[in-house]
Amino acid sequence: MRKNDVRAIVRNNAVTIMFVVLCIICMAYSGQSVAYVMYELFGRLSRNAFIVLALIIPIVAGMGINFAITIGAMAAQIAALWVIEWGVSGIGGFLLAMLITMPIAAFFGLLIGKLMNKMKGQEMIGGLILGYFANGLYQLLFLFIFGNLIPLNTPGLVIKGSTGVANTIDLSTARGFKYALDGIWRVPFGEALYICCGVIAVVLVVLMLMKKLARVKSLIAIGALAAACLLYQIPAVAELFAMVNIPMVTFMVVGVLCLFNLGLMKTRIGQQFRAVGQNRTVANASGINVDRVRVIAIMISTVLAGWGQLIFVQNMGSFQTYGAHEQVGLYAGAAILVGGASIRRATNSQAMLGCILFHLLFIVAPAAGKNLFGDAAIGEYFRVFISYGVIALALVMHAWSGVQKKKPQNALREAAAKN
Amino acid sequence: MSAEYVLEMKNITKRYGENTVLSDVSLSVRPGEIHALLGENGAGKSTLKNVLFGMPVIHSTGGFEGHVLLNGEEAHISSPHEAMVKGIGMVHQEFMLLPGFTVTENIKLNREITHPNVFSRIFGKNLETLDMDAMSGDARSALDSVGMSIDEYTRVEGMPVGYMQFVEIAREIDKSGIKLLVFDEPTAVLTESEATQLISVMKQIAASGIAIIFITHRLDEVMAAADSITILRDGRLAATRAARETSIVELAEVMIGRKGEAVVEAGPREAPHERVALEVRDLYVNMPGEEVRGVSFDVYEGEIMGVGGLAGQGKLGIPNGVMSLYSAQGEIKLFGQPLKLGNAGAALSSGIAMVSEDRKGVGLLLDQSIEDNIVFNAMQIKGEYLHKIGPFTLKDSAAIRAVANRMIQELDIRCFGPTQHAGTLSGGNQQKVCIARALVMGPKFLFVSEPTRGIDIGAKKLVLETLVKLNREQGMTIVMVSSELQELRSICDRIAIVSEGKLVDTLSPEASDADFGLAMSGIKPGAQEQKGGGAK
Repeated sequence: MRKNDVRAIVRNNAVTIMFVVLCIICMAYSGQSVAYVMYELFGRLSRNAFIVLALIIPIVAGMGINFAITIGAMAAQIAALWVIEWGVSGIGGFLLAMLITMPIAAFFGLLIGKLMNKMKGQEMIGGLILGYFANGLYQLLFLFIFGNLIPLNTPGLVIKGSTGVANTIDLSTARGFKYALDGIWRVPFGEALYICCGVIAVVLVVLMLMKKLARVKSLIAIGALAAACLLYQIPAVAELFAMVNIPMVTFMVVGVLCLFNLGLMKTRIGQQFRAVGQNRTVANASGINVDRVRVIAIMISTVLAGWGQLIFVQNMGSFQTYGAHEQVGLYAGAAILVGGASIRRATNSQAMLGCILFHLLFIVAPAAGKNLFGDAAIGEYFRVFISYGVIALALVMHAWSGVQKKKPQNALREAAAKN
Repeated sequence: MSAEYVLEMKNITKRYGENTVLSDVSLSVRPGEIHALLGENGAGKSTLKNVLFGMPVIHSTGGFEGHVLLNGEEAHISSPHEAMVKGIGMVHQEFMLLPGFTVTENIKLNREITHPNVFSRIFGKNLETLDMDAMSGDARSALDSVGMSIDEYTRVEGMPVGYMQFVEIAREIDKSGIKLLVFDEPTAVLTESEATQLISVMKQIAASGIAIIFITHRLDEVMAAADSITILRDGRLAATRAARETSIVELAEVMIGRKGEAVVEAGPREAPHERVALEVRDLYVNMPGEEVRGVSFDVYEGEIMGVGGLAGQGKLGIPNGVMSLYSAQGEIKLFGQPLKLGNAGAALSSGIAMVSEDRKGVGLLLDQSIEDNIVFNAMQIKGEYLHKIGPFTLKDSAAIRAVANRMIQELDIRCFGPTQHAGTLSGGNQQKVCIARALVMGPKFLFVSEPTRGIDIGAKKLVLETLVKLNREQGMTIVMVSSELQELRSICDRIAIVSEGKLVDTLSPEASDADFGLAMSGIKPGAQEQKGGGAK
């Protein structure tokens, strides 16, 4: 019995466990210092976590991984272009870009959702292909319409001596919004840890006093927070995070999105997402407008993905006009699967864990490849190979667990046969 | 002042194109009454139910004639949701429950109790927070009223099916203003004790003033539960009875009835029973919707054996299981040789052939010519009709053409020629192509599954005559599975009746209607006296 339990845990978390092992091996061979890896990791987390969290709602609504978030990213890039053209810089520019992204992404989401309702059960492949198709329209827009039919006046935004938007859009100029969000409040890791623990502790105490949370549970949680702070007092531990600077506002935004995902599931529409995700027929029979709920899920996801892309570009400081959006869906999808989500179930913590593991591998794999094979390109190759592999593996395991679930029925029948 | 009847359906007629599926059917249900709706498959029970619920399938095919009155007032129900609003509830045959939700969440699905929060005031009602405490309170009282002690926070996943049925009922009861509950074959998945409990719950609900329509084929349960009974046959009202004035035998008789004259008369004869051709022991077949749960029977060489029963009871599972088209367990012996299950190729090459009930899905390659269809299995399984040139094999066109022409002539397949595509033939002729394909395998044993489904009367006659001819002239052993009892009685030597995946009885074609009716509802004739008496 015990053995079976262990086996079940391993089987259900095979992807995650495989990734942990892989990360440890690569880290050992990369020769990079932990401090550097941590520095890179927190940087990557701050810019990528949001977009991964945007995938949760469509999964809950039974539509699988929404690879069409690529299109949300395109909407964000359209908005970013125009904010730079208008020269609105800093946080104002960032907020304006968010505001512009919202209707564009929502409209695209509406169209995607409508299309996906016409191909129920094929949403993932549909979303993927739709991303490629939309890329064509995006190129038409950026190469021909912007800077040509609709003139752009900002220097450097148009290809020199030609038409169309330049290959790279730079956000670090006076007109851009580089670090608009990250730069508001940056603190060293230790300080961030104290603030974070303090806030959580206060919330826990308040909840406990309001009797919404069991006393034992919250006391254990507060204890854990205190232990983390104490652990940080050890110089060797603190050393590991010496290089890390935390962009507080960005992580706060990520936190708010986590709370949004949680809170939404406790509302009527959240209940509808879950119902539709489990069984469309049953949801329909109880009077839920299934198609509408699915469209809403995709719309929310697309808008969130657009915002996520904005967070990404403000952190990077520039983006490839014709390429920045292309791999968004793939990498985010792989990340959430690595965290132990499936195409049927996903939670905030799975998204965050997946994000950490996936990007950890991204950081250490090239160096490990270089040390092992003498070529960084092999590590590079390795991580691309892995992200596709993870998605394929997750799909196979999903089909496999479907088969496993059928088996108990047969066992029942055999038992009945014996009687 | 409330009306005498909570529901009256008056002179309902429904046509699908030329096909009249309900003609002039009326049904009246009093408040607090359990009204049983009985009938064979295709008698019109589900169509009547669909009319009542305003299902899209009714309205998209031109609506219906007649009137539906709720509490004495004319009602126009155009969608299932409207039916729900008007107080008509439904307990489904297949569970409409979400496995990942708790009992409470299922009971309150899409009728959640919510309270407003900051966001909902801005963005609308859909963002209101769920009030789980109030919801589970409601769920608790609904569960109590159906006598369920199960915890309302349990997840539905992994619950015994019997419990799920009661959760469904609790959900319907929880809906406010419910006046009429329709139970569609509710006992089909229940154990005997659960079924007994269900009936007592039904009586309890009825006593509280809610009317119940009880759709079933189990006659003994009808006698145990119902106050009045409406029996449909061939889309017509066969009879309306009060339960205390009728008997289980009468119900069985009325339900089966004699449907016109026999299409084909095989002529009486002494049924062969010397050598066993096929021996089936403890056959279990996992065919969705047609599960077989432990069937044993013998087929004698040279006979035509019929297998009958209502749809979904497992009669189709028998040929599909023996042929290994679905996963099956059990022991099969063909002419004394054991036949291994799980390999359709082995079954075919051992000399059994099957004409599938699913002509278009399994039976025919619609885009291929008639001749290719006819020789397909013989070519693939037996390697016949092929030239062998070294490692390559080529179709032997001349031989194929010859056998196709012979079959077209023998079975009278109406076509332009052997190269016509099978998809362009009429249903009856497609069926004959299927039979032809089974015959070129040179089988010693033939399964024919629903051979006359969806074909017109002339074609039916030809198909049945072909079967009789094969049996009488070539001595082929045939097992025919059919929903049409009359067909079985006209050509078979013996008829096995299957109910709930088990073989109830093997009857002679001359047995009475009542015997067949009782067998179809799972009661073995002879045992009826005690059972029928017990129900009263």
